[in-house]
Amino acid sequence: MDYPKDLLEKFYRQMLRIRLCEEAFVAPILAGEVRCPCHLYSGEEAVAVGVCAALTARDYVFGNHRSHGHYLAKGGSMPEMAAEIFCRETGCSRGRGGSMHLIAPEVGMMGAAPIVAGTISLALGAALAAAIRKDGCVAVTFFGDGATGEGVLYESMNFAALRRLPIIFVCENNYYATHMPVRECRVDRPLYEIAGPFGIESCQEDGNDVLAVYEAGRAAVEKCRSGEGPVFLEFLTYRYRGHVGPDDNIQGSHTDIRPPEEIERWRLNDPILRLEKYLRERQIMGEDETSAVRDEIAREVAAAHDFARRSPSPRSEELDRYVFA
Amino acid sequence: MSSRRVLSYSLAINEALHQMMAADPAVFLIGQGVKSPWYVGNTAQGLRERFGDDRVIDTPVSENAITGAAVGAALAGMRPVVVHPRMDFMFYAFDPIINEAANWYYMNGGRLSVPVVFWGIINRGGEQAAQHSQSLHGMFAQVPGLKVVMPATPYDAKGLMVAAIRDPNPVVFIDDRWLYRREEPVPEELYAVEIGRARVARAGRDVTIVASSFLVQEALQAAALLVPEGIEAEVIDLRTIKPLDKETILTSVEKTGRLVIADGGWRTGGVAAEVSALVAERAFASLQAPPARVTLPDCPAPASAVLEQAYYRTGEDIAAAVRHTLRSGAGG
Repeated sequence: MDYPKDLLEKFYRQMLRIRLCEEAFVAPILAGEVRCPCHLYSGEEAVAVGVCAALTARDYVFGNHRSHGHYLAKGGSMPEMAAEIFCRETGCSRGRGGSMHLIAPEVGMMGAAPIVAGTISLALGAALAAAIRKDGCVAVTFFGDGATGEGVLYESMNFAALRRLPIIFVCENNYYATHMPVRECRVDRPLYEIAGPFGIESCQEDGNDVLAVYEAGRAAVEKCRSGEGPVFLEFLTYRYRGHVGPDDNIQGSHTDIRPPEEIERWRLNDPILRLEKYLRERQIMGEDETSAVRDEIAREVAAAHDFARRSPSPRSEELDRYVFA
Repeated sequence: MSSRRVLSYSLAINEALHQMMAADPAVFLIGQGVKSPWYVGNTAQGLRERFGDDRVIDTPVSENAITGAAVGAALAGMRPVVVHPRMDFMFYAFDPIINEAANWYYMNGGRLSVPVVFWGIINRGGEQAAQHSQSLHGMFAQVPGLKVVMPATPYDAKGLMVAAIRDPNPVVFIDDRWLYRREEPVPEELYAVEIGRARVARAGRDVTIVASSFLVQEALQAAALLVPEGIEAEVIDLRTIKPLDKETILTSVEKTGRLVIADGGWRTGGVAAEVSALVAERAFASLQAPPARVTLPDCPAPASAVLEQAYYRTGEDIAAAVRHTLRSGAGG
C-alpha cells in the first residue's frame, strides 16, 4: 500500500508529539510540580494516532484515565493540555479536572474519565445520537484490557449491535490492568473474541504498527458510516511507564511488576522507531528531515510547558463555579 | 376553557413528553419498558406511534449502559429522558448518573453540559418487599451537580417534566405510582414549573409541614384532621428536593415557629434531616419547639401488608407529630 507523504509525515509528527510531550512530564512529576495522577501513554502512540487519523473533527472520541494521546491525536491543544496537567485556569478543563479529564469538544474529544469502562456507554450514547440524527458521525471509545472485566462493556456491545450503532470499541491491550497481568485477569483466549457472541465484527491488530492501526480504523469507520457498525478492534501494545506516573514497574524495584526483558523487547518494537525505519527505507523521510521534525516538536513541547507554568491557578473564590450550567 | 381541562398525574407526564418531543427533535425517550404499560403505566402512551422507534427506544435490561448512553447522547447534543420504571434498579446506573453526568460539567471546567433527565418511578406497596419499593431521592440530593424534582400534583408533574427536559443540567425526576390516578385541571398548553421553587399548598399560622411527592397529599389530610382541634397547619410542597427553596421554608417557619417534615425516604442523612438542619441554622430564634421528622424508619421495606402498614407514613402520623410539636417547647 502506498501512502501519500503528508499522511505518513502526519503519523510521524503526531506520534512524536505525544511521546515528547509525555516524557516531558516526567521531570515535573518527580519534582512535585505536577501532582495530579498522570497515566503516561508512551509506547502506545500508534493506536491513538492511527485510529484518530481515520476520523474527522465531527466524529466523537471518549477517553479513559490514559488519554493524553487520544486528546492530542484528536486535535486537542497541547498548551491547554499541559496547563490542565499543571491544574491551571488556562487548562482545557480550567484546572478542575487534571490529567484524567481532558476535553476538546470543538474537535470531537468529548472527554475522558478514570472510572474503568465508565465512558464506554457515553460513546454508545454519542453513537445513538448520531443514529437518531442520521448525521453520519462515528463514536470511538478507547479502553484498556482491564475494562474487559467490567459488565457495562458487554451491555454496551449488546445494545450497539442490536441497533447497529456507529461505534468502534477500541481495546488497547497493553497486557496489564494496573499491576495485574492480563493472563491473571482472564482465561487465555484472544481478547477480541469477546465481541463475536454479540454479532460484532472484531479483529486483533499490531498496535505498534501505525499503518496497520490506520487500516483497521479506516475500515471500521467506513463500516460504521455505511450502517454496518459496530466494530470491535483489539490492538496489542505496551506502555513503557507503569500504570501511573513515571515509574516503570520493573521487577525487583519497589513496584516489582514487569520483567526487564519484557520492557526491552517492547522497546525494540517501538512504534515511532518502526515508522522511522519505514520512512527511511522507502526514502520518504531521511534522518535530516526526521531530526528537524523532532527539534520542531521539542520546541512546541517546551512552549506548552512554559505556557502551563506561566498560567495562573484557578481562584479559590471560584471553587464552586461549574457545578451547574 | 383549556385551564379547566382535567388530567391525571400520569397523563400529565405523558402530555409533557408529547409536547416536548414535538417541540424539539433532540428530545427522545429511552428505557426499559417504554412500550409496555406494565412498566410505565400510560405515561408513554402514543409516543412510539407518533415519534417512531428512533426516538422512543425500548431497551434490554441494561441499566448501566442505557443510562450511560443517555448521558453520552446528551453530551452529543440530544435531550434524552431515560426512564427507570423501578427506582431500585437505578443503583445499577449510579456510575453514569453520579460519576459521569453529575461531575462532567464541573470536572471539565464548564466545557460540556449534560442536559439529561433521569426519570425514576417509585413503585412500592403491594407486599413487593425491599427491592421493589425504594426511593433514592435523598441519595441523589447529596450529589453536587444533580437537580432532583418530585412533583406531587398533575400540574407540577407536567410542568416539572418540561422544566427538567429544558434544563441544561442533569435532572433526576422522581414520581410515585401512588399518584398516577390523581386528577386536577392541567393547562393544555406547554408550560414549565420552575425548578428550585416550592409551593405553599395550604396556608396556616400554627405549624409548618414540609412535604414532597405523595406525602404532600398526606400532609394536606393531616391539616384537615387538625382543623377541628383549632390547629391551622401550613403545608409546603417542596416540588424540588435540590436545590431546596430555602426562602419559602424559612419564611413559613418564621411565621409559625414550628416545623414538621414529612419525607418518603429513610431517616438517617435524609431530606428531612437536611430541612431540619437548615431551619436550625437559619431560623433557630423563630423555633418554639424542636423540629419533628416523619420519615421511613431506618429499615428496609417489608413484604407483609401488616408490616407495610407499620412502615409507610400517613396523614395520621403527620397529624400526631404536629400535636406533639404543639405540646412541646417554649410556646406549647
